[in-house]
Amino acid sequence: MELLIYGLINSISLVLMSIGFALAYGVSRVPNFAHGALYILSGYLTWIFLNRLQMPYVLAIIMSLLVAACIGAMLYRSILIRVRGMPISEIIASFGVGVAILELLRWFGLRGTTYMLPPFAKGMVYIGGVPVDLQRLIIVGAGIAVVALLWFFTHYTKIGLALRAIAQNERAAMVLGINADLVATISVALGSALAGLAAVLLLPLGNITVQTGYEVLIFAIAVSVCGGLGSWGGAVVASFLIGLAQITTVTYIASHYHLVVAMLTIILILILKPSGLFGRQKELEERV
Amino acid sequence: MQERRRERLDRGVKVRSDTIYAVSSAKEILFLVGPGLALVTVLLILPLILPPYWQKVLTIAGVYALLAVSFGFLANFVGLVNLGGAMFVGVGGYISGVLNSTLGLPPLLTIPIASVTGALLCTLLLLPCLPLRGVYFAVVSFIYPLATVMIISATGVWGGTDGIAGLNVLPNVWVNQYVIILVVLACMFALTRLVNHADIGLVFRGVKDNELAIRASALNVTWYKAQAVFISAAMGCFGGAYLTHLYGWVGMSLFAMDFSILPLAATVVGGTSTIYGPLVGAFLLVPISESLRSFGTLRIVFYSVVMVFCVVFWTEGIMNYLRRRYEQFERWVRV
Repeated sequence: MELLIYGLINSISLVLMSIGFALAYGVSRVPNFAHGALYILSGYLTWIFLNRLQMPYVLAIIMSLLVAACIGAMLYRSILIRVRGMPISEIIASFGVGVAILELLRWFGLRGTTYMLPPFAKGMVYIGGVPVDLQRLIIVGAGIAVVALLWFFTHYTKIGLALRAIAQNERAAMVLGINADLVATISVALGSALAGLAAVLLLPLGNITVQTGYEVLIFAIAVSVCGGLGSWGGAVVASFLIGLAQITTVTYIASHYHLVVAMLTIILILILKPSGLFGRQKELEERV
Repeated sequence: MQERRRERLDRGVKVRSDTIYAVSSAKEILFLVGPGLALVTVLLILPLILPPYWQKVLTIAGVYALLAVSFGFLANFVGLVNLGGAMFVGVGGYISGVLNSTLGLPPLLTIPIASVTGALLCTLLLLPCLPLRGVYFAVVSFIYPLATVMIISATGVWGGTDGIAGLNVLPNVWVNQYVIILVVLACMFALTRLVNHADIGLVFRGVKDNELAIRASALNVTWYKAQAVFISAAMGCFGGAYLTHLYGWVGMSLFAMDFSILPLAATVVGGTSTIYGPLVGAFLLVPISESLRSFGTLRIVFYSVVMVFCVVFWTEGIMNYLRRRYEQFERWVRV
């Protein structure tokens, strides 16, 4: 029971961490390696707004999400747009920006236990005899809400449909009058804001550290690769797979193996079904 | 208003030395071999004239140059972006360290063994992502060093977080410097021959540009990619093994981000699509980063910013720029 509940919570955390990355990659085909950096940056900004500028918590969160979205949009408009279609340069540029942000934060002294976000709600509830604190329940609720909203957004709004159109066939979408660069900018900005949202929800469970930034990037990548790059529905399924596997190892083997589990899942998936669980769309292009 | 544009023309000596007639005069021969000869001479003389502190910097720069050349070879000639160069360094370092501490083998044996077995191990680890195009290789290679650090610190094998100390060190400062410089030069020479004059070099370039063409020629793309990764990993593992015996210590810092990111920056700054570019970039960036040592991790920010700037705005890089100036002249002409 405990295994199931904490596995579920862990899986939903993974969904939150990775959905922004999967969305941006699926639409604009830009692997945003700055994802983890934006995650930590949003957490740090929220902390600053909250503690230095004395803003109310809700306002601080909204502000930091907006800043994250703006940074994402700027990253795309000023840097990634110039190297579109050159995979090596795309990876190097976005990775470079991510590392620069993370190491700059490290230099500012982002380590130790100074930087903590308060949880939204304190307290515990018992579900089937297992104690779960309220923050984790909020994460579950928010995760489900985000996935539902995103599904609604990509199926029933004009911008959302344009995002899917670009992801499926960029040329045909452009013929129909969709501005590919604008849509890609929106997707990267949305992905960054989702990274920020994940940070705000998940960081109250621990400290804001630079190392977390790299780990979040890895989890996002692992989930996206397993689910099929670009298919965010697959990313949700893969999150549950990896999330449950991680909690199982923590319970039965030892802790500290989160990364290793993610790594092994990637390797297994690449051997068994290289295009990921649900990555049918671009399968032919990616396999040699 | 009179419009003008810049016109570039090959220098006369370049045109003459492109053909077999180059051997007919000393000037043309000098034009052809001059730059390479100058590089070799400078690298061989540097250890003799540098003060002791900068001799140490030179050895580190040599290691980074080796990593940069191995990264540049994979990225520019095979089309695989390796974001986890630290994996090669760490694997090489730990193999030689463990061999030295448990079996007591001397560095003369452990370094070659570590280079070869480490490269085999790394190739096997990266094998699952080789049949795929796209970002998979970058993604998987990025995760390996971070996951390995987790395993080592969680299980505490090979000294855990403390590492293994008290290993044999290389005999003296001259051996230190000349070993790495000679290896770097040998690798440069071998790789230049490989990509420019060997059949397999042509296949590597084909893998980068058009994998389907390689398949259509009945060649196994994965096998060739694995060979390229082996070559690159062998250089990285040598670097790690060398570092282990330079300090007499092996630890988790061999998997650090520096070893992944500086070679990347050096390659981008030094000039893509050249073998010599990464070397020049590394010998330029490492001294700068040494002088920034007091700023701590701000150094990594510095490389990253330089790297992003170069990859976006100055894709040419130093080496391609210098080569252009060396082989061509520019003049303004009226349109």
